[in-house]
Amino acid sequence: MSAAGHGQGNTAAHDHADHLNEEAHGSRKGYWAGFALSVVLTAVPFWLVMTRPLTAQATAMIIMGFAAVQMIVHMIFFLHMNRRAEGGWSMMALLFTIVVVVISLSGSLWVMYHMNENMMPAMDMSQAG
Amino acid sequence: MASPMTVSPFAVSPLFGRFTLESLPLHEPIVVATFVAVALGGAALLAALTKFKLWGYLWKEWFTSVDHKKIGIMYMILGIVMLLRGFSDAIMMRLQQAIAFGGSEGYLNAHHYDQVFTAHGVIMIFFVAMPIVTGLMNYVVPLQIGARDVSFPFLNNFSFWMTASGAVLVMMSLFVGEFAQTGWLAMPPLSGIAASPGVGVDYYIWALQIAGVGTLLSGVNLIATIVKMRAPGMSMMKMPIFCWTSLCTNILIVAAFPVLTAVLALLSLDRYAGTAFFTNTLGGNPMMYVNLIWIWGHPEVYILILPMFGVFSEVTSTFSGKRLFGYTSMVYATLVITILAYLVWLHHFFTMGSGASVNSFFGITTMIISIPTGAKIFNWLFTMYRGRVRFELPMMWTVAFMITFTLGGMTGVLLAVPPADFVLHNSLFLVAHFHNVIIGGVLFGAFAAINYWWPKAFGFKLETTWGKRSFWLWVSGFYFAFVPLYVLGLMGVTRRLRTFDDPSLQIWFIIAGFGAFLIALGIAAMLVQFYVSIRDREQLRDVTGDPWNGRTLEWATSSPPPDYNFAFTPVVHDGDAWADMKARGYQRPISGYRPIHMPSNTGTGVILAALSVAFGTGMIWYVWWLAVVSIVGILAVAIGHTFNYKRDFYIPVEDVTRHEDARTTALMGAVA
Repeated sequence: MSAAGHGQGNTAAHDHADHLNEEAHGSRKGYWAGFALSVVLTAVPFWLVMTRPLTAQATAMIIMGFAAVQMIVHMIFFLHMNRRAEGGWSMMALLFTIVVVVISLSGSLWVMYHMNENMMPAMDMSQAG
Repeated sequence: MASPMTVSPFAVSPLFGRFTLESLPLHEPIVVATFVAVALGGAALLAALTKFKLWGYLWKEWFTSVDHKKIGIMYMILGIVMLLRGFSDAIMMRLQQAIAFGGSEGYLNAHHYDQVFTAHGVIMIFFVAMPIVTGLMNYVVPLQIGARDVSFPFLNNFSFWMTASGAVLVMMSLFVGEFAQTGWLAMPPLSGIAASPGVGVDYYIWALQIAGVGTLLSGVNLIATIVKMRAPGMSMMKMPIFCWTSLCTNILIVAAFPVLTAVLALLSLDRYAGTAFFTNTLGGNPMMYVNLIWIWGHPEVYILILPMFGVFSEVTSTFSGKRLFGYTSMVYATLVITILAYLVWLHHFFTMGSGASVNSFFGITTMIISIPTGAKIFNWLFTMYRGRVRFELPMMWTVAFMITFTLGGMTGVLLAVPPADFVLHNSLFLVAHFHNVIIGGVLFGAFAAINYWWPKAFGFKLETTWGKRSFWLWVSGFYFAFVPLYVLGLMGVTRRLRTFDDPSLQIWFIIAGFGAFLIALGIAAMLVQFYVSIRDREQLRDVTGDPWNGRTLEWATSSPPPDYNFAFTPVVHDGDAWADMKARGYQRPISGYRPIHMPSNTGTGVILAALSVAFGTGMIWYVWWLAVVSIVGILAVAIGHTFNYKRDFYIPVEDVTRHEDARTTALMGAVA
């Protein structure tokens, strides 16, 4: 894109974009910190699975924990979310999403578990004529 | 019978996929007659458009338009056209059920009848109710918040055409191949490849997936619009209630529709790739489909009704000449419904065997959700109390809604009791209940909204004589059609039956058929109302832009509003911004105009949507080359569009001045 390619209308569009840039966009330091944390949070679970220093259950729990922290790292360092971003709307959207996801996942597990429990016991087909 | 659905997946031609001439339903006289009528009508329409040289006008002014008002009107037209199709299915079912007694098979065979009830449900929810709701929000929300358009105008055009593409696929299935015979939610294992090997379920899947893209993107668009583009001074708690309910509806859309997309994607994998998510074999679990689709499905009913609650609020307040009673409680009731909508989905399958603790939990949450809804009814009643109520058509529809919806709400609470649901599940009582709330709520709301905002959209009021005829035919027709279904359901008649053995039931089905006939007359009267109003538009003309003595900002501008909506962005000091401005002796500025920055039209949305139809067709018929070519085309056009720098322009100050001066003259003429 050369500067000559910018039309009249495009200038206005750029002014608009510059205005938006005033919102929090991460610093180089922030991106490095996020990157380093992401690498550590990914490498440790890999190492745990490859070398198996712990029991399977402990490994699984740690991986789940690291995954949760990883999501938070991404939201803070890459999506630049905090309590004030977009006048608080980002935080509100996040909370609503968490509520809906937790309801859907835990509800589905609960519902499906109960259906399984209440299934008729498997029939012994050898008795059938 | 060698019907197209038994074509084995091995008979796939590389060129035509599994399409053969056998796929055309030439053995169904009803479908052939319909096709002939549609083909003749369509050819006449195309010929007329060509004769009057309207193609260029339609393309430039409508199809490629990014103006939220025109897109809103196109959504409404799509919804009304599809209403005619969905209603044809309804009256076919009523006729079949009224005559299929005493050994009679009626006039629809099972394969056809099963498609009719499936198509009726799918069309009425996805291609009638959703376009009407989205169209209203599109038209009204930017005007009510004093904005010039939505946040993403091109995306808005694209969303509309994706919705229209889904409708095109559903209509195609009528004449090419078949539609699903599974009921409107396509529950597996019936919708799996083993039980439904034909193209019907694939039409269903791709129509909904393509339309779903449009719905989701328009949800994102309207949320951004409401959050970011309100006029100065309009804090959230000074926003018109219709904008609040629209915001909550779009939040529900953005949170719920991805679940539908995911569950349909899993079903497609089962059908196309041989996975076993929802099969009876290999560890699949069909119940998981039921669970997931209702996690989308229950919020969906609130997606449909919440904007209509907003409509009734605006109408009640305007025609009672009063501020809405309990604005704050209305907002909180809407928010509570938004959250609770996610906590009740299991009440759709109490009988699936979850046990007492699960059923009690979801039964109680379902009963709780009636509390905020009931609070709203009281708010409307208290708004009317001691108001100077004007019984214009929008208000008549609103009163009919309050009575009808309360009845439907009560039967809903009855169904929320799990033991009662074990008796009524899948019966005609359920069918009567949800028609009671969807017709009495969503459709009556749509008609109130059309009568209320028509003068804003076109500059003249709708004629009242035919409007009142339509109103009485619809309302009485509704009760004749659905009260018998309550009775039959309580007697244990299940839904979706094609023939009946017990002759004592027939009279109820004949009464229901009579009700459907009255509704048909109601629809006809409404079309006549539109025709008469357009013919007599000069007598019905409104030059003030505020024919109802309205209270919100859309009534502050001319009717129809100029492309830019407002020459100057209004400044808001009070909840009912326009009523407040009028009370403070508002003087419209008549000079000092400036050029207005606006988005440019683009045909990209139409092209992408057309390619999506081709993609869907390729996937449905296993025409793999077509699917690949069109998906590559979609990506190429979408990437190409990012290099389009001619996205905006300025309306010159002369045009603004000319339009505003014309309005000044018109307003002085109205006063004199």
